[in-house]
Amino acid sequence: MTQYETVIGLEVHLELKTDSKIFCSSSTSFGGKPNTHVCPVCLGLPGVLPVVNKKVVEDAILVALALNCRIAEFSKFDRKNYYYPDMPKNYQISQYDLPIALNGYLEIELDGELKKIGITRLHMEEDTGKLVHQGTITTTPFSLVDYNRAGVPLLEIVSEPDLRSPEEARIYLEKLKSIIQYTGVSDCRMEEGSLRCDANVSVRQLGKEEFGTKTEIKNMNSFRSLQKALTYEVSRQIEVLGEGGRIVQETRTWDEGQGITLPIRSKEEAHDYRYFPEPDLVPMIIEREWVESVRKRLPELPDARRERYVRDYGLPVYDAGVLTSTKEMADYFEACLNAYSSPKTVSNWIMGDLSRLLNSNNLEINECPVSPVNLASLFKILDEGTISGKIAKVVFEEMFATGKDAGTIVKEKGLVQISDEESLTAIVEEVIAGNPKSVSDYRSGKDKALGFLVGQVMKATKGKANPELVNKLFKEKILN
Amino acid sequence: MSLYYLTAHELHDLLLKKEISAVEVNEAVFDRIESVEDSVKAYLTLTRDQAMKTAQEVDDMIGAGRPVPPLAGIPIAIKDNICTEGVRTTAASKIIYNFIPPYDATVVKKLAGQHIAMTGKTNLDEFAMGSSTENSGFFATHNPWDRECVPGGSSGGSAAAVAAGESVCAIGSDTGGSIRQPAAFCGVVGIKPTYGAVSRYGLIAFASSLDQIGPFTRDVTDCALMLNAICGHDPLDSTSSPYEVPDFRRCLVNDVKGLKIGVPREYMSEGIDADVRQIIEKAMSLLELNGARIEETSLPHLGFSLPVYYLIAPAEASSNLARYDGVRYGFRSAGAQDVVDMFMKTRSQGFGAEVKRRIMLGTYVLSAGYYDAYYLKALKVRTLIKEDFNNAFEKFDILLSPTTPSPAFRFGEKTGDPLKMYLSDVFTIAVNLAGIPGLSVPCGFVNGLPVGLQLMGRPFSEGKLLQAAYTFEQCTDHHRKHPEL
Ligand SMILES: [Zn+2]
Repeated sequence: MTQYETVIGLEVHLELKTDSKIFCSSSTSFGGKPNTHVCPVCLGLPGVLPVVNKKVVEDAILVALALNCRIAEFSKFDRKNYYYPDMPKNYQISQYDLPIALNGYLEIELDGELKKIGITRLHMEEDTGKLVHQGTITTTPFSLVDYNRAGVPLLEIVSEPDLRSPEEARIYLEKLKSIIQYTGVSDCRMEEGSLRCDANVSVRQLGKEEFGTKTEIKNMNSFRSLQKALTYEVSRQIEVLGEGGRIVQETRTWDEGQGITLPIRSKEEAHDYRYFPEPDLVPMIIEREWVESVRKRLPELPDARRERYVRDYGLPVYDAGVLTSTKEMADYFEACLNAYSSPKTVSNWIMGDLSRLLNSNNLEINECPVSPVNLASLFKILDEGTISGKIAKVVFEEMFATGKDAGTIVKEKGLVQISDEESLTAIVEEVIAGNPKSVSDYRSGKDKALGFLVGQVMKATKGKANPELVNKLFKEKILN
Repeated sequence: MSLYYLTAHELHDLLLKKEISAVEVNEAVFDRIESVEDSVKAYLTLTRDQAMKTAQEVDDMIGAGRPVPPLAGIPIAIKDNICTEGVRTTAASKIIYNFIPPYDATVVKKLAGQHIAMTGKTNLDEFAMGSSTENSGFFATHNPWDRECVPGGSSGGSAAAVAAGESVCAIGSDTGGSIRQPAAFCGVVGIKPTYGAVSRYGLIAFASSLDQIGPFTRDVTDCALMLNAICGHDPLDSTSSPYEVPDFRRCLVNDVKGLKIGVPREYMSEGIDADVRQIIEKAMSLLELNGARIEETSLPHLGFSLPVYYLIAPAEASSNLARYDGVRYGFRSAGAQDVVDMFMKTRSQGFGAEVKRRIMLGTYVLSAGYYDAYYLKALKVRTLIKEDFNNAFEKFDILLSPTTPSPAFRFGEKTGDPLKMYLSDVFTIAVNLAGIPGLSVPCGFVNGLPVGLQLMGRPFSEGKLLQAAYTFEQCTDHHRKHPEL
């Protein structure tokens, strides 16, 4: 049987969260009433002219630097011409042959090995509006259009065809998202469309150098659907080739419901975009001093941060990787560490109970009801012996549910650990009297029996007894 | 002399002396419009109420002893491809016959700041594509000097309005000669400023890299006043130049001594009417008599101007005009089957023949496989033409030529042959390709039809052109002649 190799390249569109649009001063905020965040420029009224939002260029440079790209010294905008009613001008201002940045890369980790994925280019362009209709644009009785999104700045980031499996593609996209979130220029929400991804997919016989015919896959709205769609498409292509067929170069859309990719009628797609330099904008000369000043804005990126966690905090590589996967998570970790300096404890709690509760409540770490300082206060109470480790978990759940700090909850619920030897001795004696069998078992060397006895004390004190003290008391009373 | 034939600076003096009121001036102009507009047809829209209101405000200001700017209360017409807030702006196209802009073009805003009295919106060739105003989607404008003749184009309405006393000054736009050619045909002063000297914001784009707004006036002094009012950097237009605008009135000096004027032989060779040549040579002698040094020179690539222009301008136009699709504003064809059908029917029915011809031409030259051979090549030759001018300006302060090879032609004379029509811009096009300023000043008559003298200069040398034109004007009286209507 012929062995095939998968070849994938991704084209990612990223909405920048600048205050205003790329060529006018209209707001970019998401979710306004239809056609309220518009002005003559982004509506493409007769006679208007675009003016480049400098912040967009700056953010593009920032992302490009984070992705190790070469920043162009001379760059320009071009018009991409095609007719579609969500485009006010029937052309999109984009960048064609002189994009703002070229030749970058990012590193992904595969089975403990690092792999460099090339980034071909990064360019700026304007987003389109949104159409609402039944079925397709050619069959719907009418179509409504909202231009709020028209002119929102986009970065397009095109990878080299370096990805060799759907899983690699997902990991690449996750890494890209992580890096961009670190730069703070985009929310990168796939579900809201602030991060969109198209894929070029082909397969070739293992060992061959030339690429197979590729298809372009669209409409993948989550990391999961990306991997699913690509897995489907790869097996579809292998099946076609296996049956002696040919792959048709076409655009296909991922149908989440059916779990398959379908060709999009090419009638809706214009193929000759008739690019030419945008005459309403002057070419940009990107001064090196500007690039260097932007570079100063570059935060510590996930790879560097992970290395630092391993080096300075002695965390395992895996743990450091999880903590630094999003900037918010790492920031939370460090804020907590500022108030409580045991990296291992903080890391364990964040990766354990905190992540579990966030997941089950569908929350992001920046929406976490427990502040880093509060979490640290829980650790302190724990260390002071005010509560036991077991109670700490109960307190934490309460903190998560109510947002109250640890001390308040311990007080309100009367969860303070019983470390008073006198009152515990009374309970221990009661338990010894009530469980002669276990007592004799323990005496004859069955250590397990001690566990049962301690458990009885815990039951009687609703878990508040200091376990170490209880242990000690049993040993004294039974063995002496 | 009738009030409507006075110049802006003459009217301003009378206004300040309180010998007349701005309301009287505007009444005179609107009366004039009433009596001659039927035979000239310069306007698509009249804004009498608005003009009279501004005139009254100006009179109140003068009455209160407050200072007023030089163009305050002056009746000025605006070409209908320049957006005016709340006033219908059509570019003489059926496809936006009902478009009312929610904003003013920067030029309109600047003129409003001068308290001008806007008389209305003038006719043009649809989307400024044409040389005779016969391509207007609504009706043709007539040359006030001979109503059987065209006023030139595309700013034919603006030129005719100024010549006929239907406004004192006017604003036009010039992509390949659309100010200078009608100015020459109608016997008025017109200037296409340096590319980037005047904001294009609010000018309905034809060819973005060539379009420039400029004034029509009855004399050079008014031209300087209008330039003072409209030039300058605009943050809304990235291609507008951040240069310091001089006070152009200071350039109104009657002196061309030592001025080096080059006459490119390519402009004076075949294709030019013998009568026109004679008038231009007379103008040259007059300037020489005043101390200018005139010499023949050459612009070797000038012959490529027309083909280069008809590749670049339609390419840009094909994209600029893509937005007229019936979705958001303007005309929408009824009874379309689906969205693609709606686009096609709307554009087929909404645009006139010449506009469609240029959209097709432009779409073709930008298409894959043809781009390099046509568009890219045209850009390269455009650079050569620019270099020709640069070289000439190393030796000369000003270049001189006839504005057009012949005076105004008759209706229908060239409509059957687009190429023949395109040739009427052959002397003006290169100036747009090079991005330099070009001024047309009246220099005589052939069979009762005006002839224009074109002066061209380095980028941002409008002042020098004004000085030469002013000197020429001081020793001639062509600008004092008016058509009989
Ligand atoms: Zn806007």
